[in-house]
Amino acid sequence: MEWETVIGLEVHVQLSTRSKLFSGSATKFGAEPNTQANVYDLALPGTLPVLNKEALKMAIKFGVAIGAEIGKRSVFDRKNYFYPDLPKGYQISQLDFPIVGKGSLAVTLDDGSEKVIGVTRAHMEEDAGKSLHKDYQGMSGIDLNRAGTPLLEIVSEPDILSAREAVAYLKKLHSIIRYLDISDAIMAQGSMRCDANVSIRAKGETELSTRTEIKNINSFRFVEKAINHEVQRQKDVIEDGGRIVQETRLYDADKDETRSMRSKEVANDYRYFPEPDLLPIVIDDAYIADIRSQLPELPDAKIARFCDEYGLSEYDAGVLASTREMADYFEAVATASGDAKLAANWVTGELQGLLNKHSWEVADSPIQADRLATLIARIKDDTISGKIAKTVFETMLDDSSDVDAIIESKGLKQVTDNSAIEKIVDDVIASNPDQVLQYKDGKVQLIGYLVGQAMKLSQGKANPGQVNALLKEKMQ
Amino acid sequence: MIEKTVAELSAALGSGDISSVELTQIFLDRIATHNAELNAFITVCDEAALKQAQAADAARANGDSDALLGIPMAHKDIFCTQGVTTTCGSRMLQNFVSPYDATVVERFNAAGTVTLGKTNMDEFAMGSSNETSFFGPVRNPWDTARVPGGSSGGSAAAVSAGLCAMATGTDTGGSIRQPAAFCGITGFKPSYGRVSRWGMIAFASSLDQAGPLCKSAEDASLMLNVMAGLDEKDSTSIDRTTEDYTATLGDSLQGLKIGIPKQHFAESLSADVEQGIRDALSEYERLGATLREIDLPNNHLSVSAYYVVAPAEASANLSRYDGVRYGYRCEDPVDLEDMYKRSRSEGFGDEVKRRIMVGTYALSAGFYDAYYRKAQKIRRLIKNDFNAAFEEVDIIIGPTSPHTAFELGAKSDPVAMYLEDIYTIAVNLAGLPAISVPAGMVNGLPIGMHMVGNDFAEAKVLNVAHQFQQQTDWHRQRPAAFTEEG
Repeated sequence: MEWETVIGLEVHVQLSTRSKLFSGSATKFGAEPNTQANVYDLALPGTLPVLNKEALKMAIKFGVAIGAEIGKRSVFDRKNYFYPDLPKGYQISQLDFPIVGKGSLAVTLDDGSEKVIGVTRAHMEEDAGKSLHKDYQGMSGIDLNRAGTPLLEIVSEPDILSAREAVAYLKKLHSIIRYLDISDAIMAQGSMRCDANVSIRAKGETELSTRTEIKNINSFRFVEKAINHEVQRQKDVIEDGGRIVQETRLYDADKDETRSMRSKEVANDYRYFPEPDLLPIVIDDAYIADIRSQLPELPDAKIARFCDEYGLSEYDAGVLASTREMADYFEAVATASGDAKLAANWVTGELQGLLNKHSWEVADSPIQADRLATLIARIKDDTISGKIAKTVFETMLDDSSDVDAIIESKGLKQVTDNSAIEKIVDDVIASNPDQVLQYKDGKVQLIGYLVGQAMKLSQGKANPGQVNALLKEKMQ
Repeated sequence: MIEKTVAELSAALGSGDISSVELTQIFLDRIATHNAELNAFITVCDEAALKQAQAADAARANGDSDALLGIPMAHKDIFCTQGVTTTCGSRMLQNFVSPYDATVVERFNAAGTVTLGKTNMDEFAMGSSNETSFFGPVRNPWDTARVPGGSSGGSAAAVSAGLCAMATGTDTGGSIRQPAAFCGITGFKPSYGRVSRWGMIAFASSLDQAGPLCKSAEDASLMLNVMAGLDEKDSTSIDRTTEDYTATLGDSLQGLKIGIPKQHFAESLSADVEQGIRDALSEYERLGATLREIDLPNNHLSVSAYYVVAPAEASANLSRYDGVRYGYRCEDPVDLEDMYKRSRSEGFGDEVKRRIMVGTYALSAGFYDAYYRKAQKIRRLIKNDFNAAFEEVDIIIGPTSPHTAFELGAKSDPVAMYLEDIYTIAVNLAGLPAISVPAGMVNGLPIGMHMVGNDFAEAKVLNVAHQFQQQTDWHRQRPAAFTEEG
């Protein structure tokens, strides 16, 4: 039987506000346990929530960026359940009236085609604390630093048909969120978390079948692996005559498998009801328009502009626009060097290689945009060759002095003096008589070999154009 | 001194007739003598009170003359008080010492009042007789075999018996007004949102409102001047300029249109109470007011709607008492579930558990529409009834309670107890301001008259109550066993 996979993703993004969703406590990652929990976060009697306006603004920003409807009247609800790291015994979330309604995201698939994936909704809610199960003599510790951190839960439509599509969707989401600067969105740190709802059905079937929810997926790579694993598991179950049970399954990256966590068939009844401590949020059109006017250029628009303005290929533009920081870096180099294509080559080539090698972000690069631009300018004005430039680039990693000073002090300046080049060319002709003869007999492609010999002799410093011209002239 | 109103005590302090330290000592002595009998206080703050009194006297010597400077008062034990045990009448919080002050407490402190202690109350404010307190029932100073009403029974009894000059209370379905009626004092519930709920332990968030318990409408105005106002820590507090509530107390009632809801003079009302209220209404006619019967057609639904909405909110509000971070935790739990179950089973009393169960049920999947959603619809109907009434009249007057204070143990059936608040509950559902003032005596027990104003018409309600108190002396009557000599 031929199967079709149906996937919907629920992505939780920690909004990067300075304080929590309903209290003034800080939200910094990695602080000592319970140092970022005030009387509200501890759910002391008599304390009340006050909405963080910054979180609201970030949520609306996201909604506007994906072309979604913004809830003009948005309501918080209490989701009731007992857990030690949930201090109030309920989570303040949004059920019927989320801040962000229907929107969509266009993603590029592996075959280069574009697919629009629906976003059902996105709502604000507070994060829980953490239970710590080690080192407490058989007891559990509770850290409430994270309790109350604002989350935006973004729910997709079940439009995603493969693990690869899921990754493409997630990456697009990640890119937009980073562009909007509303979250660090680091999966490994949990500031972006993904739960995947996965089901399979016979190809051609239109009804959705029973799904499982996979939790604990903390990297893009694991999203793909976890979904593929789960799809295979479901196929095996059904083909063995079994039945898929609606349940939550935990992904174990070490074993690359999912295992049952709890069955949703005996689901918790969360007894949602409107949060009486908070008034409904009423948003007017002017506020939305104001946020819209402040939106940064988003990835799709940037890619289009890079192709158009700098004549880049869609692929290169895509790589350069993958993060806002990378795009800004590229544009700075392109502008300062005066050669966008060369800038694109260097940024996607040498620089990207360097960053990958060290797992650095653009901001970590020891070579700032202005220095790379100078280096490129020196290639353009024939001070150095492209090949020598790579040597200079290596030197620049540890040497923060001026690019020109490095070229000068290492004697890497290109030789453009005709008499010096003539001497080298003469030497090459003299020491390669066979090749010269063959060239003269019409095997003109040997010019490359001879230029190479000359460059080698000059330790790369001779201007290759001049060498080429002079060789041709002398061998006529 | 203990028979004086706050306004009178303020004058005595201002003229130097007495110092705050002296006055505080008088009340502390009263508490020491009478609290064992009344059980009105859970905690008494002797030392801290005298320190506050000294500070008040020093401030006065430096020229400070705030109206409430140096006045000894009590706070219902539902308000968080920094460094002082805050129990909410429950075993669950028997040892809870709050690290912060409620906004109401903070404002009184800033006004220079003296906190004598924390008053007894029904557990988590759930009750109409003060019998659900973990710390034992409060006795009515008029007859100690009787209840003081609830849930602010400790505050009402303490004011009535002269154990404090004034007290704070909270009112979710009548918890200020009904005990004020039973104890023969003045109790005022402001409009929802008028007074901050920050630091006031939540029972039913959309209904809870703090207010004064005191000897007169004038005193209530002085207290409300301190309590009212926007608080950024409470998102439901109202951003409205608050007036000086004493400024309009003297306004004439000539031409005032009083609405008499026919539903409040129905079969369950005792004849004696009805007569008392009718007499009081005649007083208003003498003051130039006109009376007209009004209809509140959905009033009979208010108790039912309330007993869905309030328990539903309470079921969530009380989830935080889980034994994890503070409050009561059972001995030697075997696991997490055992800790939750036993801490809550042992830490809460029967009435609290009953309401948590009712509320949990009302919110459960499959029942939400039939209960919670329907109750919210009824709430809107009740609000519409009031809106229609206030098109016709300026104020609505009736009895606070169908009868006078009953004996301890007389209402063992929970539903009978719930019907105690039949005249007061609709006001909370509609968020309106309402006051109870003494309006007569039946067999040595006070009758309470209930006056309801339109949204944020606190000043009007206080004016109407004050004018009555200018003509009558029901609010001056004190229980014989607790007079100055008593």
